[in-house]
Amino acid sequence: MATITLTISALPAHVRTARLMAATVARRAGIAASAIDEIRLAVGEACSRAVAAHKLHCPTQPILLQLIDGSGPGPVSDPHDDTSNPALRANGSTTRRFEVVVSDRAPSKDSEETVNHVEPLLDGLFLDGDDTPPGGISGFSPGLGLAVITGLADEVSIDPQDTGTVVRMSWPLSTDQPQEPSSN
Amino acid sequence: MDLKLDHYTEGDTEIVVVEGEIDVYTAPRLRELLIDLVNKGNFYLVVNMEKVEFLDSTGLGVLVGGLKRVRAHDGTLDLVCTQERILKIFRITGLTKVFGIHDTVQEAIDKRSSK
Repeated sequence: MATITLTISALPAHVRTARLMAATVARRAGIAASAIDEIRLAVGEACSRAVAAHKLHCPTQPILLQLIDGSGPGPVSDPHDDTSNPALRANGSTTRRFEVVVSDRAPSKDSEETVNHVEPLLDGLFLDGDDTPPGGISGFSPGLGLAVITGLADEVSIDPQDTGTVVRMSWPLSTDQPQEPSSN
Repeated sequence: MDLKLDHYTEGDTEIVVVEGEIDVYTAPRLRELLIDLVNKGNFYLVVNMEKVEFLDSTGLGVLVGGLKRVRAHDGTLDLVCTQERILKIFRITGLTKVFGIHDTVQEAIDKRSSK
């Protein structure tokens, strides 16, 4: 178990930093190569959504990104147990996981960020959608970013609170040996 | 990698060549270019995405915004993309049904001309 924590200002330029770091750590953790692109995109979406929310509500507050290598379904365990617990080596849904947690501090009550409304959202988008919303770039709702995340991550939980939203995404670690990070 | 944008004219079609990463930071530049092209009377656009290394929902939003603008003038916005990593996000969002996605610029031009 290893956790890397990154705090970024709510600026679009830092989203790239976040996703590159996520991809690098995921590669290092041994995530299958085919999933690296998914992680990069999902983390980018989560951070983009958080940046947009902060721009509206709390632009000076930072956004927290946690990259957790080897997280199991249970609570965080001793780092030294990482390779000694046989259960963590099982090949299946209970295998070790690579988890990414993106936490923002923007109240979620103003946004309707549900993840199950992709079709209506898209229908409204290119047929009747309005032009750029405040703080946005196009007619896309931030909910689309969350919908993309749910399409990419193996497991997702989204917890919107008045004090901010926590997006948790995870992918199973492959049984292969961790790879050395390469250039991005 | 940052975003590099270029465009050139091929008959009545304006080809936009995009290279690099389209995300929340760089997408406004692509949006400005598409708006500028439409404002100058270019209503048949082909966006060549063969050198795009990253595309997120913000980039999708810009492309859809461009599509809306050209459609307002009975125009078209087609894409050239064969990269699976990029095509995947179009599939996830259902946008493969919205955009014409082609293997080559010539194919994009030919298919529109034949309609």
